[in-house]
Amino acid sequence: MSGDFETVIGVEVHAELSTQTKIFCQCPTAFGAEPNSQVCPICLGMPGTLPVLNEAALEAAVKAALALNCKVAGHTKFDRKNYFYPDLPKGYQISQFDQPLATEGWLEFDLDGKARRVRVRRVHLEEDAGKSLHTTAGEATLVDFNRTGVPLIEIVSEPDLRSPEEARAYLTKLKTLIEYTGVSDVKMEEGSLRCDCNVSVHHAGSEFGTPVELKNLNSFRAVKLALEYEVERQVKLLEGGGSVARETRLWDEKADQTRPMRSKELSHDYRYFPEPDLVPLVIDQAWVEKVRGTLPELPDAKRERFARRYGLPEYDAGVITASPALATYFERAAAPAKDPKKVANWVLGELLAYLNAHGLGFDQIPVSPENLAALIGLIERGVISGTIAKTVFPEVCATNRDPESIVKEKGLVVINDEGAIVEAVLKAIADNPSVVAEIKGGKERAMGFLVGQVMKATKGRANPETVNRLVREKLAER
Amino acid sequence: MAPEAITAHKLRERIGSGEVSAEEATRIVLDRIEAVDGRVKAFLTVTPEAALAQARAIDAARRRGQKLGPLAGVPVAVKDNFCTEGVRTTCGSRILENFVPPYSGTAVRRLAEAGAVIVGKTNMDEFAMGSSNENSAFFPAHNPWDLERVPGGSSGGSAAAVIAGETVVAYGSDTGGSVRQPASFCGVVGLKPTYGLISRFGLVAFASSLDQIGPLTLDVTDAALALQAVAGHDPLDSTSARHDPPDYLDGIDRGVKGLRIGVPREYFGAGTEPAVEAAVRKAIDILTGLGATAEECSLPNTDHALSAYYIIAPAEASANLARYDGVRYGLRAAGAEDLTDMYAKTRAQGFGAEVKRRIMLGTYALSSGYYDAYYLKAQKVRTLVRRDFERAFAKYDVLAAPTSPTVAFKLGERAENPLAMYLADVCTIPVNLAGLPGLSIPCGDDRGLPIGLQLIGKPLDEATLFRAAFAHEQATGFKPKLAPAGKGERT
Repeated sequence: MSGDFETVIGVEVHAELSTQTKIFCQCPTAFGAEPNSQVCPICLGMPGTLPVLNEAALEAAVKAALALNCKVAGHTKFDRKNYFYPDLPKGYQISQFDQPLATEGWLEFDLDGKARRVRVRRVHLEEDAGKSLHTTAGEATLVDFNRTGVPLIEIVSEPDLRSPEEARAYLTKLKTLIEYTGVSDVKMEEGSLRCDCNVSVHHAGSEFGTPVELKNLNSFRAVKLALEYEVERQVKLLEGGGSVARETRLWDEKADQTRPMRSKELSHDYRYFPEPDLVPLVIDQAWVEKVRGTLPELPDAKRERFARRYGLPEYDAGVITASPALATYFERAAAPAKDPKKVANWVLGELLAYLNAHGLGFDQIPVSPENLAALIGLIERGVISGTIAKTVFPEVCATNRDPESIVKEKGLVVINDEGAIVEAVLKAIADNPSVVAEIKGGKERAMGFLVGQVMKATKGRANPETVNRLVREKLAER
Repeated sequence: MAPEAITAHKLRERIGSGEVSAEEATRIVLDRIEAVDGRVKAFLTVTPEAALAQARAIDAARRRGQKLGPLAGVPVAVKDNFCTEGVRTTCGSRILENFVPPYSGTAVRRLAEAGAVIVGKTNMDEFAMGSSNENSAFFPAHNPWDLERVPGGSSGGSAAAVIAGETVVAYGSDTGGSVRQPASFCGVVGLKPTYGLISRFGLVAFASSLDQIGPLTLDVTDAALALQAVAGHDPLDSTSARHDPPDYLDGIDRGVKGLRIGVPREYFGAGTEPAVEAAVRKAIDILTGLGATAEECSLPNTDHALSAYYIIAPAEASANLARYDGVRYGLRAAGAEDLTDMYAKTRAQGFGAEVKRRIMLGTYALSSGYYDAYYLKAQKVRTLVRRDFERAFAKYDVLAAPTSPTVAFKLGERAENPLAMYLADVCTIPVNLAGLPGLSIPCGDDRGLPIGLQLIGKPLDEATLFRAAFAHEQATGFKPKLAPAGKGERT
């Protein structure tokens, strides 16, 4: 970024709450159902219908707010946000305006080894809208109301972020936190996590610039790219003597650029007013504390504990605890281990590589933590070598069978019978007189070749330390 | 000559004893509709087949010795803003002209459970906005006492149907007087219960914080019976009162000895017709003659109530009516160029002038920069109005006043002057703002045009209103009587 410009970014995140039923009716919320199969007169906004708040949605929202260190309001209410759109059946969205459910939170994340704290302005509860689908020929727009009335929380940060990289790190941490609370699937690809950004640039020391709102950010990568593009665009504008217009811009992934959507000055007057069909909520702080009690161990605490208890490096502990599923997996695999660090190495090395190669998520790990622990146990007990363990790992994953039986069936158990190894050592010495001569001539390193030959002959099953010792002994005997 | 009037409680008794069948009762009502509704125009939809089927089911149940519901076999009409599964529900609007709801509201379901025979859907001002029924998009209903005159509104069809004998009981909705004022104009009993006593689920919303369903009946006992059938908490309505309704007939005849009546002077303002004031004061005298005490009192913020109402109700309506956009149901205008054009054309063609006026008023009042000056201020006035009542009810058990400052006016007389029309509700609107129960009962007439006495009660104290009204009814030797509904009818 050029010159003395500074960047200011604020992030708005919408997360769908994974309650069984919708926020104001009894319809299911499952993703991917046949269009308009999860609807009723209430979520379709038929005349005469009324909303009734799903308490599970309220509890989930409170849980998320607490994970974000927010204060939960004692008094809150719902408001109508009025605008016309085909996927908004009532012509208004039931949302929260001036008395949000929770305020004054914060979230911490690490970036380049430094801890950053970002303030969370508010968390509020609202209903989702439907989805407009345009026919391929473009002659019609169809609306799917399955998503209408799915509970959403909106999480608004203060404009505390100073770079696209920070924005991305904030979102990553936010996603992890929400995932830990279990209140949302936080899947960007299914739209259960959505994000808008406000970004402005200004000369260092002067006031914040005019913010531009960025929409259509469908991945964390898109967030970062769009922000980078937008910062550069705004800087160029200002450097060229121009000014930044207050507007909403869409990220165009194909063109790798942002383009204007609508001028914010011309945008809707939402005419918020208190929702008369719902009574104001009085939230009992004792209940809030009860909800707080149901929060699981959150990522920061877990990372610290993993580092302390299992002796993991901070970084490794951070990677493992970035996903609650992976963290749980690790703890189960590490439970029987003599050296939990080895388990961490396996998880971060072989396991992650396998998951990446097969496009699997942390909730889809094919090998049970018990079987991974058993495999590592085989190495610890000297039954197989680490090398053998790595060769059989893909099969352990693919079948999730007990690793010991796989190793035995394949005859891969370490040869502890020295007689058999001695035979191979003597053969290697006999077959390679020139190498032996080199070693005798003082080229100690050539011994590795003989060891290699023995390992090859035993198909890697010989204990390398034993082989080393025997090669030395037999050479000395000559 | 009109046929003999029969009340729901008498009819229910005769059906229970087998003296008359539900089918016979239903046929009498259907015949009467056939005979007079061409002139009265109280109905937008009549459902004779469904009514007769329900009546026969009641008769069959009686023959089998099954326990019958409290309204078993009683013909009932509901205002056309009550959602009725499979039966067109227009709200008196072109935009819902062909709308058939996929569900029935709570009140309609409770009526069915009580054994009521629903004979049809009654005429109304479009989306319940009006005081004369002239805002019906289809045709105005007429006052059966004088067909040249309005039956009141917005539940004018319901009131007219009851007094013309086209039903035995009717239900309406009351947002600013829409049950009580037509009850007064047509000479029937009309109750606006405490806000939240009857579920609004399935009542097409006009102004959500004010709307309340209420019955229109020939006498006070019927009003109690009709309230009983539909009152009580409904989990489908978050604003529904968590209240177990008492037996409203129990103690209805206990009299008014010691009852403290407040008479708010602001309800006898400059526009009050002398005959109305005289009849109302006479009714209060009758009650004091029975042992009640009455004294003048003041509800000082009454003047502001009308203004506050005409901010709050349109504001809520502007959002409630946003769903009529042509996308999912109801009218969709043809020939639209794009989405915005479809919205504009649909709403331009589908809504009448009064509805548009109120949507615009409400949209304006909520718009950025005006919210504090209008909506917020109106809500503060609402609080003041409520406090007026709280202070009054610290001293009095009920308040007594006219329901309407005038008797029924002529069709067209106020149609060109919305403000004059709004004034027709000056005595009823404060009661909605405060969420209180209000009961209108006939208390005389001015040259054949009925006058209504309004009794206003404490929250959820409908029982006291019934007791006072019943005492008045007994003392005046009231006999239910149907209106002639014009010439040439069959009798």
